Amino acid sequence: MDTAQFIIGKFNYWVYIVLMMIGFYAMIAKRNLVKKVVGMNIFQTAIILFFISTSSKSGATIPIIQNAHGDAAGHAINVAQYANPLPHVLMLTAIVVMVSTFGVALALLIMVNRDYGTFEEDEIYETLEVLQLKK
Amino acid sequence: MIWQLDIVFLILVVISAIAAISVKDLLSSAILLGAYSFLMCLLWSEMGAVDVAFTEAAVGAGISTAFFIGFIYQTTRRTKD
Repeated sequence: MDTAQFIIGKFNYWVYIVLMMIGFYAMIAKRNLVKKVVGMNIFQTAIILFFISTSSKSGATIPIIQNAHGDAAGHAINVAQYANPLPHVLMLTAIVVMVSTFGVALALLIMVNRDYGTFEEDEIYETLEVLQLKK
Repeated sequence: MIWQLDIVFLILVVISAIAAISVKDLLSSAILLGAYSFLMCLLWSEMGAVDVAFTEAAVGAGISTAFFIGFIYQTTRRTKD
């Protein structure tokens, strides 16, 4: 396998790793809590991209059986013509989990903003230190 | 799967992800995250995962962008990084 085919043929997987590391960087290095949540969203989408990439084949169509109720019903199905639907179903659940964790994170951040008036980690730490000194 | 279209969408996805985490305004970040989700939806419909694509368009791009914008109006759009 030559180099160009190795890079272009597996391009989905390269981009999946890049997106995962972008999300991971945002979760670790960003000081703003909302940016961390955005990074978590990107991370989860990267994992979904990996699973959907494993299900796609060259020359395959969407996983809906043609003529399932017509004359061809009961004939053998050529699996190579269809994309694998199992990772699709698993990732459908992952999208719903992603959105619900996003909603819960935003609700928690509303409470943080109500208590500290900011999303910056350093400002929250300063407020916490002032509260510790008062005790 | 059309690999030319695939590469164009993947490059746009990476650009919008970097923009969404590096822009200095949370409302712009929300809109860029919505654009990122819609590009992901295009990518999945192009890869043959139509059920994942329309769930992402309705839930990932629609509802979470609406949540994010409502959240910003409840709190603040200021950010330092």
